Amino acid sequence: MFDALSDKLQSALGDLRSRGTLDEEAISRAMREVRLALLEADVNLEIAREFVGHVRERALGQDVRKSLTPGQQVVKIVHDELTALMGSGSSQLAFSPRPPTTILLAGLQGSGKTTAAGKLALLLKKDDKKPALVAADLQRPAAIDQLMQLGEQVGVPVYADERSDPVKAVRDGIERAKADGRDVVILDTAGRLHVDEALMEELAAVRREAKPTNVLLVLDAMTGQEAVNVAKAFQERIDFDGVLMTKLDGDARGGAALSVKHVTGRPIKLASVGEKLDALEWFHPDRMASRILGMGDVLTLIERAEAAVGDDEKEEIERRMMKGEFSFDDFLKSYKMLRRMGPLQGVLKMIPGMGKQLEGLDQVNEKELGRVEAIILSMTPHERRVPHVIDGSRRMRIAAGSGTTVPQVNQLLEARKQMAKMMKMMGSGKMPQIPGAAAGAKPRASATRKSSSKRKKKARR
Amino acid sequence: MSRSWAELLGEDEAAPEPETERAGMFSRLRDSLSKSRRALTEQIQVAAFDPGDDLSWERLEEALLQADVGVPATAELVRRLEARGDIAALPDEIALLFGEPPTLDVKHAPAVILVVGVNGTGKTTTIGKLSAILSARGHSVVVAAADTFRAAAEEQLEIWAQRAGADFVGSERGADPAAVAYDAIEAAQARGRDVVLVDTAGRLHTQTNLMEELAKVRRVIERKLDGAPHETLLVVDATTGQNGVQQARLFKEAVGVTGVALTKLDGSAKGGVAIPIAYELGLPVKLVGVGEQLEDLRPFDAQDYARALVD
Repeated sequence: MFDALSDKLQSALGDLRSRGTLDEEAISRAMREVRLALLEADVNLEIAREFVGHVRERALGQDVRKSLTPGQQVVKIVHDELTALMGSGSSQLAFSPRPPTTILLAGLQGSGKTTAAGKLALLLKKDDKKPALVAADLQRPAAIDQLMQLGEQVGVPVYADERSDPVKAVRDGIERAKADGRDVVILDTAGRLHVDEALMEELAAVRREAKPTNVLLVLDAMTGQEAVNVAKAFQERIDFDGVLMTKLDGDARGGAALSVKHVTGRPIKLASVGEKLDALEWFHPDRMASRILGMGDVLTLIERAEAAVGDDEKEEIERRMMKGEFSFDDFLKSYKMLRRMGPLQGVLKMIPGMGKQLEGLDQVNEKELGRVEAIILSMTPHERRVPHVIDGSRRMRIAAGSGTTVPQVNQLLEARKQMAKMMKMMGSGKMPQIPGAAAGAKPRASATRKSSSKRKKKARR
Repeated sequence: MSRSWAELLGEDEAAPEPETERAGMFSRLRDSLSKSRRALTEQIQVAAFDPGDDLSWERLEEALLQADVGVPATAELVRRLEARGDIAALPDEIALLFGEPPTLDVKHAPAVILVVGVNGTGKTTTIGKLSAILSARGHSVVVAAADTFRAAAEEQLEIWAQRAGADFVGSERGADPAAVAYDAIEAAQARGRDVVLVDTAGRLHTQTNLMEELAKVRRVIERKLDGAPHETLLVVDATTGQNGVQQARLFKEAVGVTGVALTKLDGSAKGGVAIPIAYELGLPVKLVGVGEQLEDLRPFDAQDYARALVD
């Protein structure tokens, strides 16, 4: 997420970090680089200028000069300013004291409203709400079908009437949701260009009819300089309360995320970070700032881990750990949990200090995870429980069954042994030394590709 | 004079298009691009531009950056204009970065056009419009719904196919997209159709496994029909920022993109990211979408685009 910006900001600030004293020239140099990094990340020009101005002013202030670690202070200032740029304060939605709470989603075509509606319904359902979806996109062919299918996947009712007009569809939908005792109604509207007067008026009419508790602008994270115009236009016409940022799982540069709050005063509330329907998260500006500056994001990591592991599973694992048992069934379970937490690389980046070490660790490891699963699934239940019975001929059978090689099977057997040992030590209260390179976390050949492209970038400048 | 469909498709004997229609692209483009609050000209203050003044060049740089042209292409444009010492050459220099006017290769039996891109750029809509236009120009078209991932993608395309009078080849949701492409080519061969448009699921270019899936679709098409796919179009949303360059780079690496369709130019977005895509990667823009109507999908004309962008 925001990797390009993250790299550039970290390198711009890297020089300052190590310095004992800061002079104006060093700060100016760093700030020029920060400004360029922001511009290259699609941050609005005026916002980039203002941002750099703020940071410079504070960096030259008394507090920094008196500090023993002035470089760190500047990094902290950048962190604060980034956080402020994306919106401090709560990212929660408003819930109406008199249900149903209504949430209107609006945005350009292709920003991801319909998918976001499905994801939001699932997120709220997990939060013990009883959401319903209302199709008010009567424009795009098959948009209703899409919402119906999403509703079915997340187990949430969808109210739609193809022959209706959007205002009536919204009115009827809310009525039906009320009658069915749903407490949150998510309204999916048709995508529209902010310069399309007629469609913007239609949206305003929908808003007047629905009187939504929340209006969210759905915005593609990859939007360029245009993000500012789009946000402003939607702000003027329908006055949204917050932003739902989509497609943040790509290598979006972050310009839209860093610009939209500043021009509208409305914070980012939710972020879509993957294709799967459960990949919608509450947005935390401070955590995002930490991630951009390579400081990790432990809080999100813990939350994801908690979401990925059921309560009984947790107890089961703890019990086994105490006993020092770690069969291949457990091994597989922990691997699956890890995978449920999202793409491996994204997960590891949330660990402070890991960002830099991960250059080179490419998605190849995702494949490796798949291989681990294949090998374990090629074992008999008995072999999984009692791994030491796996002799030479069994290894050959497992390798053939999983489409791998005997050395790969051996590697996995060894990895389990190490993990069992570690578990035993942890169970007995001794903290083990974490081995520098865990199995499977070796840099791959792709490391060269990544670094060479970096070299090219430098050469161009 | 705007580029016509006959020129784009390399038709020599085709009846010339009515003048009004050809003029249409430029005026629509200009209309839509001028909707942005400030035209580039105004921003650069062309009238007061002084080649000897650093501030003038800085304004030019900033204007280009705000149009999503990006740092490397902006630097190149500034360098070229400095060499010429003439700001009036800006549209020319922008048009030059796009290279020679491209063609869209549909002269095969059948010609296969694979359409790819990230989520929500307008692949299905572009295919729908293109199939209608090709049908109207006397081609028989098969559309293949190889987007087997997104809910209701197939239904959306089927509606377009009906409107265009094109044959439709679909499948179950979750089916193998490569198999759908294969079936469509087979159907086109059996029925003697001459263009196959293959719609694929939107995917972020950073998702290695999904990009591999796409490469497989391409390989299956290659094996099914010699020389196919004859075109691989990347659909790019005009509101995209510098990320668009990376999209183009990775899709090109994975499936050998031959051209770009720049969609949603009817907003206030200037679509400036097309410039670095053409300049840094040598990928020509072949089609532009300037509105929701069928006839709003047009051949791309670099001169028109550059003039509309600047004026």
